[in-house]
Amino acid sequence: MIRPQDLLCPKAEGLYCAPGDFYIDPVRPVERAVITHGHADHARAGHGAVLATPETLDIMGERYGLDFARSKQAAAYGEAVDRDAVQVTLVPAGHVLGSAQAVVRWKGLTMVVSGDYKRRRDPTCPPFEPVTCDVFISEATFALPVFRHPDDKDEIARLLRSVAQFPERSHIVGAYALGKAQRIIRLLREAGWDRTIYVHGALERLNALYTRHGIDLGPLAPATTAKKADFAGQVIVAPPSALQDRWSRRFPEPVAAFASGWMQIRARAKQRGVELPLVISDHADWDELTATVDELRPGELWITHGREEALARWASLHDIPARALALVGYEDDEEE
Amino acid sequence: MRAFAELLDRLSLTSSRNAKLTMVRDYLRDTPDPDRGWALAALTGDLSFDAAKPAFIRKAVEARMDPQLFWWSYDYVGDLAEAVSLVWPARPGANREPELSEVIEALRTASRGEVQTLIEGWLDAMREPRERWALLKLMTGALRVGMTARLAKRAAAEMGGVDPAEIEELWHALEAPYEDLFAWLEGRSEKPTAEHPARFRPVMLAQAIDEAVDFAKLDPGAYAAEWKWDGIRVQAAHEGGVRRLYTRTGDDISRTFPDVLDALEDEAVIDGELLVIRDGQVAPFADLQQRLNRKTVDAKLMAAFPAAIRAYDILQIGPEDTRSLPFAERRRRLEAFVAKESSPRIDLSPVQPFETWADLAGLRATPPPGDPQIAEGLMLKRWDSEYIAGRPKGPWFKWKRDPFLVDAVLMYAQRGHGKRSSYYSDYTFGVWTQDPAGQRLLTPVGKAYFGFTDEELLQIDKFVRDNTVERFGPVRSVRAEPHHGLVFEVAFEGLQRSARHKSGVAMRFPRINRIRWDKPAGEADELEALERLLTQMEGR
Repeated sequence: MIRPQDLLCPKAEGLYCAPGDFYIDPVRPVERAVITHGHADHARAGHGAVLATPETLDIMGERYGLDFARSKQAAAYGEAVDRDAVQVTLVPAGHVLGSAQAVVRWKGLTMVVSGDYKRRRDPTCPPFEPVTCDVFISEATFALPVFRHPDDKDEIARLLRSVAQFPERSHIVGAYALGKAQRIIRLLREAGWDRTIYVHGALERLNALYTRHGIDLGPLAPATTAKKADFAGQVIVAPPSALQDRWSRRFPEPVAAFASGWMQIRARAKQRGVELPLVISDHADWDELTATVDELRPGELWITHGREEALARWASLHDIPARALALVGYEDDEEE
Repeated sequence: MRAFAELLDRLSLTSSRNAKLTMVRDYLRDTPDPDRGWALAALTGDLSFDAAKPAFIRKAVEARMDPQLFWWSYDYVGDLAEAVSLVWPARPGANREPELSEVIEALRTASRGEVQTLIEGWLDAMREPRERWALLKLMTGALRVGMTARLAKRAAAEMGGVDPAEIEELWHALEAPYEDLFAWLEGRSEKPTAEHPARFRPVMLAQAIDEAVDFAKLDPGAYAAEWKWDGIRVQAAHEGGVRRLYTRTGDDISRTFPDVLDALEDEAVIDGELLVIRDGQVAPFADLQQRLNRKTVDAKLMAAFPAAIRAYDILQIGPEDTRSLPFAERRRRLEAFVAKESSPRIDLSPVQPFETWADLAGLRATPPPGDPQIAEGLMLKRWDSEYIAGRPKGPWFKWKRDPFLVDAVLMYAQRGHGKRSSYYSDYTFGVWTQDPAGQRLLTPVGKAYFGFTDEELLQIDKFVRDNTVERFGPVRSVRAEPHHGLVFEVAFEGLQRSARHKSGVAMRFPRINRIRWDKPAGEADELEALERLLTQMEGR
């Protein structure tokens, strides 16, 4: 009898596949790695061989330099790749550009490692594709019923209402450099904001990468070029850490906005001095997590980084065997 | 309801007063009657409901979801209303989202049982957690979004382009949802009438005197001088059989001070200082604090902390509005009125005779024995001044006593809010004391976040960043040793004993007077100096 843990099991370095001899999103350098997406806690430099989507490889090259691994193999979405006796297929996860679920098949057993995912539309990447499986391994970043992300259009509309209400001030939107920043910019464009959007220097290279991959971000300019008064009424996108940094002093009475699922919790917004919390996340919220598990109805649910106990509780109430995998090294925060 | 929810949400996260004004003004402008009126009543604290108690909501939510998952959620969020608003399983289409006015009218009139059913139905129908949060806030009556009644009324005044004092005077004659007020603010009708027995009259305020400029231009013979008492400014009104006590912002505190209102036997409106007065002597401000912010009082508390009004002006006597009379005439009538009441709960703030400004400066520097010793300074009022609402320049001045000064060492710095959020602008400072082993150490004595220029703020911010020892969230502890530290000359208005502070003393109105870049931290003041000062003040 084949047991799932014979195919994938947690180790200190990350989730290990013994029959294929590779790790998925290892947190330390290993010989062979499969990388689900480009966020720094999942994609690290220094592995021997890396298998990932072409977009993810591109992102890693941009962040770590082209020699981030000894050898790289690109697998497009849906393309099956063999690793010894194991077949690996990367399938869209809907998290950020290039993000994938790793579908691992061996001796009739199918396991899906979701990586980070969401179920909502994202104009910067293809949507999550559900894959029927024996074991689904889900993230649990926002696995508490308090996390219910609203419609991102409504959040962007609130931002634009604030911009109209305070024409003498500038609005700085804190957004993670990979994925969130570009999604915010695209959402602003879809909402009709066609003016130049000013960006922090830390976002420039990834913005350029997204543009190369066909995501039209519209007119952008570095947030260093204009005089203070010229930023009145403008939208600026910056990494979250810049909100409270001395960097923000160059803008007139900035309104600190922060686009993150954590902004659902008022105390989190207050703690960071955020005046305009935008609840926009690249992770599945409680409803998306539970709906996904319900849709897939896997034989077993394994839960990684986040609030494992709540999702496990939900699964057990719905007669789905679930276990928490103690994987260390992934950020509890969406932050990088 | 959605617009109101968004307003509350933004107000609760905004620290800038101007931004809050803009938000409320725009909301009142863009929202139709009667919703905007109810919103204004909620913001001014003029609504209270007791039909719904928050406890039922917990049971209601646990009936809808797994209690264990709810408990984890509540534990994570920490606030019941917020946790419920987030976890409540919405049933869109189950019901229609309610208008604000619908919610308020139901909360005002329905019975407890009915209200609970209604609230559950609304929570089901609402699409966004923000709306559910606003509903639960309303229900419990405590909005706590950092809005004062005064600021909310000011926003209404801005919306209509009228003087805030006009709204203040009208306020107690108006009733939510204030459709007559908005009709007037939008120029659609006449100003509503303020005739309303024992209504609040907007108060006249004094300018701070600029010693260097003003005295040269002012004729000492034209001014009366009084001591500036350290209590709270109040207005006591007895009119048409109704008695009311208001703070200077128009908050009705009648229920907290029935003893004072009882003493106002004849119909009149007087302006004065609310103090605790024992055997004819003013008690420290801390005694008055025992009486403030209480909904009700008992005989024991009133006996232990006997409150009284030290009257300094009279705005109405019987049917006669005296506000357009000159101060000299009002004063004459006030003296006669107070004599007639002959109650220890209403006495007269004496006029302090003087010849020249130099004489007065001498009195201010060394007040005569008795109550003037703990006065905050002097008030100057032109003998011919009418009683004008607001803060007109010229007729009244306050001339505060020089503040007390202490040299203290910066110990902790916290990030500011709003446009100061990238600066360490809130400072905790301490003075030297000794531990039981005789080791010298700093003990915190106060906190201040103003008194410095923008340029100085930049310099202090840099000092904080360069000398950080530890970080705790938004707070940094700063190097503070005898040979390395930053000394502030801190100005404050008074000291009181405090069990809440480790040092045992609390300052009133501390602010940074000067930054002593030149002074070694080891030479800052000792706690003993503050203790001496406290003994001196108490033993007056």
